[in-house]
Order: sequence, then C-alpha cells, then structure tokens
Amino acid sequence: MRELKITPIKNGTVIDHIGNGLALEVLRIIGINDLDKDSTVSVALHVRSQKLGWKDIVKVENMELSPRKVNAIALLAPTATISIIRDFKVREKRVVDLPERIVGIVRCPNPSCITNQKEPVESEFDVARRRPVVLRCSYCERLVDDFLLHLA
Amino acid sequence: MGLKGRDVISIRDLSRDEIEEVLKGTRRMIPYAEGTKVGDQLAGRLLMLAFLEPSTRTRLSFETAMLRLGGKVASITDPALSSVKKGESLHDTMRMLSAYGDAIVLRHPNEGAGRLAAQASEKPVINAGDGAGQHPTQTLLDLATMQEAFGTLSGLRVVLLGDLRYGRTVHSLAHALALFGAELILASPPSLQLPEEVREDLEHQGATVREVDQLHQAVRDSDVLYVTRIQRERFADEAEYAKVAGSYRVDAALLSGAKQRLIVMHPLPRTTEIAPEVDGSPHAAYFRQAFLGVPTRMALLSLILTGKAA
Repeated sequence: MRELKITPIKNGTVIDHIGNGLALEVLRIIGINDLDKDSTVSVALHVRSQKLGWKDIVKVENMELSPRKVNAIALLAPTATISIIRDFKVREKRVVDLPERIVGIVRCPNPSCITNQKEPVESEFDVARRRPVVLRCSYCERLVDDFLLHLA
Repeated sequence: MGLKGRDVISIRDLSRDEIEEVLKGTRRMIPYAEGTKVGDQLAGRLLMLAFLEPSTRTRLSFETAMLRLGGKVASITDPALSSVKKGESLHDTMRMLSAYGDAIVLRHPNEGAGRLAAQASEKPVINAGDGAGQHPTQTLLDLATMQEAFGTLSGLRVVLLGDLRYGRTVHSLAHALALFGAELILASPPSLQLPEEVREDLEHQGATVREVDQLHQAVRDSDVLYVTRIQRERFADEAEYAKVAGSYRVDAALLSGAKQRLIVMHPLPRTTEIAPEVDGSPHAAYFRQAFLGVPTRMALLSLILTGKAA
C-alpha cells in the first residue's frame, strides 16, 4: 500500500480531487494570509487518482471554509471534494456545487465594464453554461471562459 | 408579467411575449408618431433623460416619443456641466434622478452601466446604450421594422453583415431573432467574426446559424440584409481597413440578385457601407427603421409608465 507523504491533521479541511495543477489557485482563494499562524498547510501536487488520472490535494489545519470560498473553489475545481476534519475524523464530506451566481470572486475582463470603474459595486456573474463553465457578467453581459486568469 | 414599472436594460430582460406586446403597441403608436393623431397617454408623466455620452438620434427619439404623448422630459445633456464631472458616482446620480422623475433613460460610456443604474434607481430605467454593450430599444425598433415589412418575425432568413465581433447591438438582435426562430446568416471579415461563445449561445437557444464567404449568394435568398458599421479603429492600418470596408459594401450590383421582398437595414449613421444609390430602391428600409424608433419608444414608455400602449 502506498502512503501519502502528508501528515494527518487533527482539525481542519481537506480539499481533495482538485484538478491537476490547480492547487495553488485553490490556496490563493483560501487566502493563506488569513490563516492562524500556527497552522500547517500541506499541498500535494500531481498525485495519482483513480477518478481523475492526476490530481492535487490541499490540507489546511484549523480552518473551515466560508460558503463564499466554497463557491470559488467550485468554480476552479468543480471535481473537488471537501472534507471537514474534527479530532482526526472526517465529520462532513461535501462535493462542491457551482452556484447560479458568482459574486466578488472573478473580475470582469472587460476594462470598460462598470464594475471596473469607481462605482460602489461588486463583480457578479451568472453561470451561462456549466460544462465547460462559461460565466456571463451580470452587468456588461461579457461571456467569460478564461476566468482563471481574472480572479479578484 | 406586464411591463409596468419594469427596467429594460438588455433585450434578455424581455420574453418573446413581452417583445410581441411592445411590437403590437408600436403599430398602434405609428399615427401618433406621424402626427396624424394627437395623444395624451403620458400626460402628467415626467421622464428623466441622462445622456452621459453624446447621442442625437436616440435622445431626440425618446424626447419626441414622450412629448408626442403629452408627457414631459427633464435632461442632463452635458455631463461636463453636471455633478458627474465633479466625481459623483453613477449610483448616486441615479438615486437622485429617480427621486425626481417617473422613469429614467440612460446613455452611458461604460458597459453594464444600465444594470447598475437599475439597481440604484427606485423608478424604472431604460438603457439607451451603455458603451459597446446593450441597447435594447435599438433591437426593438429593428424587430418592429422587420415585423412591419413581413407581418411576422417567424422563420425570417436574416443576413448579419459587417462587424459581428465587437458590435454588441448585433448580438442583442441575434438573440432576439433566435427567440423567434429566425435563420441567421453571418457575413463578416475573418477578423470580425461573431465570437464563438455568442454563436454557441444562439445555437443553444435553437437558432440556425451559418457563416458565408460569398455575400452575393447569401443575399440572393434572404429576407433581411442587416448592415453594421465597420469601425476604422479595429484595424491596424488604413490599407487593411479600406480593403475590408470595400469588400462589404452594399450597392445596386449586390442587390440585383436579391429577392424582391428583401429589405436592407442599418442602425445609422452609416459611413460607406451602403452606397447612396441604394436609398431610392424599394429594398432600402433604413430610414423607415430610424422613424420606427419613435413609435417603438412610445410603446415601451407607455407600457412601462401606464401598463398599456394604445
């Protein structure tokens, strides 16, 4: 039996089945700077997976994700599963689900969009299509498929 | 759901039934727009016009529509003289206007401004063009022109010619035509083709979409030739622009092979896309199209302000 070279965590969150190469983006969404400074963050890149061929894994100690961050992860890593660990046991396991509307996670790539001017407004997208994901800016209606390049 | 009190920011805000309601109202408003009937349907109503970007035709036609039906208008016409120049946000400007009038018409240089205005305003907002974005009343008057010429919008074969990449009013028109099951034929220079995701979106709605290289062939068996401007600033150099603009020119020779009932449309102002010799032909519908902007806006304003257009 192979052993994963990542230590178990007592309390925290494991994000598994992240598409190959996307772990660092997921970390960016989690916001490493917001974490408790004594927490360990483990990242496994390019791990064999029966489901995906190759996958990435992120484990973060002492943190549970806000719904907004779960939505953001759903956007970049729609195959991900999120497990909440308490006292070394998986207490809750969820498959991420892309919401109908994405608020504040992606910037509109249209420089002339009103959300990129000095207006008191957050970026907002509707999910125009799910597979592959295409977003439509709720303001300027620009369709966006390369949203990974435009994370806020 | 009726249109009373509604915002009209994008043609996507309207269902097929609601578009048909506006088109029906447009037909009834034609005598009022021509001045053969005098109306007071909008007496006592005040429309706020906020044109934060230059526009003659659209502003005048909204103003005309309101005045011909007995309503009044108040406007910001020169943003350089207004609080916008002092750095007031669009959000705050719209809050203020919505406290003064019964509805707002907004033209703005940034895409998505209409949607933001609708959120800020407690009164209905009509988007009269936001940057290169949405311009739903243009789409409505385009549809009114086709409806008047053919009596229906179903099953029309429409050639969209010119800049299909950046011209987003063409995207709105294509969206609306798709709702009515039109067949769309795309004719554009390679660098100005309809974006793939827009095309997929149209096909997703059930529209038949195809591209053609030969404009002559496409024109021969179509009902509508919808021409758009090809903008000089989209090209790196003058020679390239001249070449493309020249190959997409509509003239008598091109139309000689067309069906008798074909109409040529253009949102105006035109530059060189349509030769002046076409103006006198029975195919030319662009001046009628410009006129129909008034009854279309009359119908929309009536529906939004009073719930009926008669």
